[in-house]
Amino acid sequence: MEIFTQQVVSGLATGGIYASVALALVMIYQATDVVNFAQGEMAMFATYICWSMLNAGLPYWGAFLATLGFAFIGGVVIERVVIRPVENAPILSIVIVTLGLLVICNSVAGWIWTYVQKPFPSPFPSKPFKVSLGAGETIIGAHDIGQIGITLFVLLCIYLFFRFTPLGLAMRAAAQNPVSSRLCGIRVGWMLALGWGLAAVFGAVAGMMVAPSLTLEPNLMGGVQIYAFAAATLGGFTSPGGAVLGGFIVGVVENLVGTYVSFIGTELKFTVALAMIIVVLLVKPSGLFGSTVVKRV
Amino acid sequence: MSALLEVHGLEAFYGRTKALHGVSFSMAAGGITTILGANGAGKTTTLRAISRMVRTAGTIRFEGQPLEARVTEDIVQFGIAHAPEGRGTFVHLTVEENLKVGAWGRRERGGLEADFERVFGYFPVLRERRRQMAGTLSGGEQQMLCVARALMLRPRLLLLDEPSLGLAPLVVREIFRILRTVNQAGVTILLVEQNAALALDLADHVFLLETGRVVLEGPSDVLRRDDAIRRAYLGY
Repeated sequence: MEIFTQQVVSGLATGGIYASVALALVMIYQATDVVNFAQGEMAMFATYICWSMLNAGLPYWGAFLATLGFAFIGGVVIERVVIRPVENAPILSIVIVTLGLLVICNSVAGWIWTYVQKPFPSPFPSKPFKVSLGAGETIIGAHDIGQIGITLFVLLCIYLFFRFTPLGLAMRAAAQNPVSSRLCGIRVGWMLALGWGLAAVFGAVAGMMVAPSLTLEPNLMGGVQIYAFAAATLGGFTSPGGAVLGGFIVGVVENLVGTYVSFIGTELKFTVALAMIIVVLLVKPSGLFGSTVVKRV
Repeated sequence: MSALLEVHGLEAFYGRTKALHGVSFSMAAGGITTILGANGAGKTTTLRAISRMVRTAGTIRFEGQPLEARVTEDIVQFGIAHAPEGRGTFVHLTVEENLKVGAWGRRERGGLEADFERVFGYFPVLRERRRQMAGTLSGGEQQMLCVARALMLRPRLLLLDEPSLGLAPLVVREIFRILRTVNQAGVTILLVEQNAALALDLADHVFLLETGRVVLEGPSDVLRRDDAIRRAYLGY
């Protein structure tokens, strides 16, 4: 029972990471119909920036917030400079551009910071919590709890932003109906750039939260990105809430399967994500909460 | 008195295809002008040209200010609201959110609640549907929402593209009755319609387009009474 609870909590913690990146993917997909394959690598790059600032002696939360600022600006600039020129190109071309971006982020990070793994600090105490649950005591890592807290806080902020602010409303309108939005005076191009900025911010949060357990290296987010794909596919690429829930589900399932299905263990955990993607695509391609999009051709 | 909107030698292009061949007209503030014509005559394109949604040549002046160098997003700043073909509903936003989006482009931010009350006064059914997703509305309700969204700008000029399209006659009559009220409240209207009889009843001035050119213009009651014109151009 203790093991089960532990695994569920740590599954929720990693699930929050997947949820953040999945949400970033879904946001960009909804606004521009593009799957940003570089989302994870952009997050890894932001995490390195945070590492550099910490190394230069900045306090953790200062560096954390500054990194979010850098990530936001970086996301906006990438949209304006790299994505905008190919905006009207076929989807495949844009996908290849984001793949190129992935490779560039990865190798530039390797060039600047080398491929040697670096320890990354956690802002939370290292002493684990002891939680009494019914029969026995369960030990839960403080970083896991903090990570879940941060993720939920970010998700709440973004929900409030989109739901209750005029700018959030304009961004939703621009994603849904660009032509009609322009007629209402909304600068659709800037809204898309803002969307990329916000997505980069979620990614950066995910990167900084996952780095303490995985240690920092240029391939930090490769696995996370795959899990995030699984999460977004499971929840539905057209449903932000679904993608978030999908993230938590993938995190928990991944952990429980790794623990209880003996032949899978830690080595094959990764396959679980890929299997989930395939099963969802076969059984319900729009995901659990997604809507089927009918396109006129 | 100078014209509110002056269009001169307007040409419009979709790729290499020319859709307007030198359309010129002007309209005074305060009235309802309608552009009539068959499918493909260039009615919608004329509105799209004013809203800068299509490549053009020629001049478009609103209160003397040129619009040609502007982008679509800027047009609302002149107080021009465009209720587009196909209604442009934000289907995954609520009715109230649709209206808020309509108010995005105007200068004064305040008074939103008063504007809701005003458009709900015109279209009471929207008040009942206020929290509902716009995609769940009927066609007629979505057309009302489209006009209401445009009115949230507090426009000087309202461009209306076929508000009767696909709607039951009773609903159309209701919408046109409201349009007259809207006009009396001081909004100049440029209406594009296929339903000539209906448009002639509402409008005080008419332009008739044929394959991208103005072939006839005049006060609507004169055109309505002229049997030859009616048979030749208006088909009823």
